[in-house]
Amino acid sequence: MTILPAQLTSTLSDVAARYRRKSDAVSTAILWTLITLLFGWAAIFETDLLIAGLIVGSVLALGAIGLTLIYSILGFANFAHGDTMMLGAYVAFFLLTGIVVGEKPNIDLDVGWGLNRFPGATAELADLSFGWGLLVAIALSGIVMAVFSIGLDRVVYRPLRKRGSGIVIFAMAALGVAFSIRALMLIIWGPDPRRYVQGIHLAHHYPFGVVLKTDQIFIFLVALGLAAVMYFVLFHSKLGKAMRAMADNPDLALVSGINTDRIVMWTWAIGGGLMATAGALLAIQALLKPGLGFELILPLFAATILGGIGKPQGAFIGALVVGVTQESSIVFVSAGYKPAVAFVILIFILLLRPRGLFGTTSS
Amino acid sequence: MTLALEATGLIAGYGEADILHDVSIKVERGEMVAVIGPNGAGKSTLLKAIFGLLPARAGEVRLGSEDITNHTPDRIVAAGMSYVPQIENVFPSLSINENLEMGAFIRRDGLADRLEHVYEMFPDLTERRRHAAGKLSGGQRQMLALARALMLDPTMLLLDEPSAGLSPKMVHTIFEKILEINEAGTAVLLVEQNAREALSFSRRGYVLVAGENRLEGDAKGLIENEEVGRLYLGES
Repeated sequence: MTILPAQLTSTLSDVAARYRRKSDAVSTAILWTLITLLFGWAAIFETDLLIAGLIVGSVLALGAIGLTLIYSILGFANFAHGDTMMLGAYVAFFLLTGIVVGEKPNIDLDVGWGLNRFPGATAELADLSFGWGLLVAIALSGIVMAVFSIGLDRVVYRPLRKRGSGIVIFAMAALGVAFSIRALMLIIWGPDPRRYVQGIHLAHHYPFGVVLKTDQIFIFLVALGLAAVMYFVLFHSKLGKAMRAMADNPDLALVSGINTDRIVMWTWAIGGGLMATAGALLAIQALLKPGLGFELILPLFAATILGGIGKPQGAFIGALVVGVTQESSIVFVSAGYKPAVAFVILIFILLLRPRGLFGTTSS
Repeated sequence: MTLALEATGLIAGYGEADILHDVSIKVERGEMVAVIGPNGAGKSTLLKAIFGLLPARAGEVRLGSEDITNHTPDRIVAAGMSYVPQIENVFPSLSINENLEMGAFIRRDGLADRLEHVYEMFPDLTERRRHAAGKLSGGQRQMLALARALMLDPTMLLLDEPSAGLSPKMVHTIFEKILEINEAGTAVLLVEQNAREALSFSRRGYVLVAGENRLEGDAKGLIENEEVGRLYLGES
């Protein structure tokens, strides 16, 4: 009997697959071992840094989930992700205070309205540093940024899709959007740092040398809650399944009768909402600065690639690992090197296992 | 006899170049029809033009009594026609169950009943409901692709090379399943390289050459036709 070409190629691909699986298993094992060692070491000797890392990581995760969704469904790396996060934080700031930069850079202009003007909006909730005004501002900013992202897609990315542009064109367009958004933030709110709430708020001491502000616990819980909602949406709702289907095979999604334009719209809406929330949560425990978004790009991409690009659950784990690694790096190097730490993780992953923790071979 | 599908005078292609020059095809209600022809004859292009994936520059496509020329695929699916592409016809990272749910994306109710019905038609898939489709063998994938296309209980099914890349034994199994689907009432239009097998299961056939109708008729007649035999069935 002659060997049919189809059978021959399938035999060859079987052999190749078996080899890949073997080297796959090794690199996965190395990666998980390193992560376990890192978390184990931090848990025992640097509990405070582990907790701080998990908090930063949980917020990064919201950005990374959006980034990975946009990558898998729209097929490009959204370099504007960090800057859009900051814009979301600024929009929340504006909704809260009604402040923009005045004619002279150091004199602010109050437009005369803002959630802070409502009675009781600034009264501190429980042990938090802010009142319900900020919560409403963040939620509204999420909606604003969802609409903004859909609009941006209509104006910038959809025409490129219609034209069948390549991945490099999309990356350049995203970079252009990033610069524009940063310039916009500078124009509207100026270069000086802003904060949601003035005043000093003390941290509390917990066992194992952990020092935390209640704000940080709030940030962690909100981020975790939203990640859980995203998991439910992606794996248990019709919309989420259609999003994953489109990430798998957009052509088949189209012929299955899925309205792919609408899925793209929802992807931007969800991505935009997550970006705004993540940006605002970060700004609660840090400052608002127009340039901060750019610094987020590296950890966001490191987290996304570590988890396996296109995998939301991977982006979540990846972000926690990046957060903990960055925070605990201050034991060895100056805190100024935190962005470099993300860069080192990125290069390490690309060398050892470019597909990341949960990535599969593309077939 | 009422027609399930009728395409008349289709002209379509990629970019500037036309691949279909003037193709007409009819499928009667509940009928199984094969389109055969050499590589590059425009067989797959014909299905894409019918399904609205490629713009038809001229001609008309009717599904039953409805004009669906150049409608978007989601509207065509809603009108009662499904399509199974030749390759990449499952969602690899989704489970079998999710693949089937995506086939019924536009369905608003009765999903559970339809799922059970389709699982009964494809018992092999039932035990693997939660498995990722990417882990299935070639034959199982093809079965899943067929099952996905049946989730809306279409009146008309378009199949692009359902036997491509399968072992000879599996080819026969797939064709028997397609015949079973057809006998349950769905009209089938399939495009095939495997001309003999396709014709032996079909009622009628079309031979497409260089984007034009060359021959058409009774499937048995085509198998016995001297020209068809020489050109496409590998007889000397």
